[in-house]
Amino acid sequence: MRPRGVVIVGTSVAGVKTAEALRSGGFEEPVVLIGAEDDLPYDKPALSKQVLLGTSTEAQNLLLSQEAADAAGIELRLGNAAVRLEVHEHFVELKDGARVGYDSLVIATGVRARPSPWGQPPGVHLVRTIADVRGLRRDVRSGGRLVVVGGSFIGSEVAAAANAQGMTVTVVDPAPVPMGRVLGAEIGEILSQLHPAHGVETIFGMGVSDVIIDPSVRTAAGHSGLTVHLDDGTLLPADAVVIGIGTIPNDEWLLGSGLVIDNGVVCDEFSRARGTTDVYAAGDVARWFHPRHQESVRVEHWTTAVEHAQNVAHNISHPDDLRPFSPVEYIWSDQYDWKIQMTGRTGAVDYRVLRDDGRQDRFAVLYSTDGVTFSGAMTANWPKLLLACRRAVGTGVTINELEASLGTTQRRPRLPSMTS
Amino acid sequence: MNHNSTVRVDRSTCQGYGNCVMKAPDYFDLDDDGLVFLLRPGAEMNGHEQTGDVEPDDFVRVEEAVKSCPVDALSIDRTP
Repeated sequence: MRPRGVVIVGTSVAGVKTAEALRSGGFEEPVVLIGAEDDLPYDKPALSKQVLLGTSTEAQNLLLSQEAADAAGIELRLGNAAVRLEVHEHFVELKDGARVGYDSLVIATGVRARPSPWGQPPGVHLVRTIADVRGLRRDVRSGGRLVVVGGSFIGSEVAAAANAQGMTVTVVDPAPVPMGRVLGAEIGEILSQLHPAHGVETIFGMGVSDVIIDPSVRTAAGHSGLTVHLDDGTLLPADAVVIGIGTIPNDEWLLGSGLVIDNGVVCDEFSRARGTTDVYAAGDVARWFHPRHQESVRVEHWTTAVEHAQNVAHNISHPDDLRPFSPVEYIWSDQYDWKIQMTGRTGAVDYRVLRDDGRQDRFAVLYSTDGVTFSGAMTANWPKLLLACRRAVGTGVTINELEASLGTTQRRPRLPSMTS
Repeated sequence: MNHNSTVRVDRSTCQGYGNCVMKAPDYFDLDDDGLVFLLRPGAEMNGHEQTGDVEPDDFVRVEEAVKSCPVDALSIDRTP
């Protein structure tokens, strides 16, 4: 019987990199890449940064061109979401009713932005897809006031990009220190200070109760004005509003499939959906048993998705040499002129701050989740030090040993407002 | 694997994300400014670009490193 090959559902980084890694590894059977969106596969990290700023074009941000797909022998089926999976009969059903058979299936449907609780009239934007960013970019170029709801990485990046293009920006978040949960209160507060240091207002520790259309106002972008209502009754007029309040895994289409779904597709340490040997999940939608952490995790990091894709491609091609997937977490965020990078697990019971005497805008924070062993790090404007920390995650080195080997320590890093 | 592969790094595109160094620390490193450079003997610097040879046995590993760059600052060619 003719092999049906590998069917990959999802055309973001995990899906595309799985297809490419299969081909790089010499896999010769068919590879089909199925996507819900009409657009050619594109990369997501730059959407809230360079693409929104206008320093990178959509063409530069493509993950896979039609020519590259043809050259690699990757069949693209775009604009046709997978709606159902039959694991026993080995096929995926698409929105248009077509059935696509597989020998191995890779689920890489990612996550979507948590929807706005206050609806999405013109001028209210989520930030996840290229379509989202096209709409937001129009509003940002029209100028005026932007209110960003959510002060985590994505909200902070959008605030920085809109501020750089002349908008008057306010960031609202119900947490007193939005990054505090991930980085600890002291370090989270330093990152919070980046906003006022660049002229962006922050209202933290305050929830949003509603977003209302104000038809008496016409924005420069041509839609009605908006008013953001805060919990204390404050009204913030806005030309545009960005809602950045988290994500939801795209796993609902699998609910009738018999796969185990629990805030993501539950997988073993070899990236295989639990109870199967020919269904894999990669990227943001996968919840897998992480051997080093000895627990089930789901990670929404670009680099983890790339490594996940390489793991899945290897395990599909080498069923007799399955490799466990045990990545070291790594994420970056570009805000204003700052480069923030994180690795491993942060926000822990003990931490140390390192400084570079030659560069006042640089610092690094080493974390320990158990008070002894080094578990992760965050750096500001210090890629080389982050790299050293990334190599140390999972080696068992203590936070004391790493601190001693990396150099001198200072109790408190300087605030960004004092460094510019 | 075929012979005569070359890897190229573009330091004007590099953002210091470091994924290449994690994948192939014998080929790539970051300098103090957080920009990539090649560790290969004889690697030539031309403006902001640097090129170097890839050993045939290293091709797959270096290609993984190249593909792990979030901003496509690296490229690899295989000349037949």
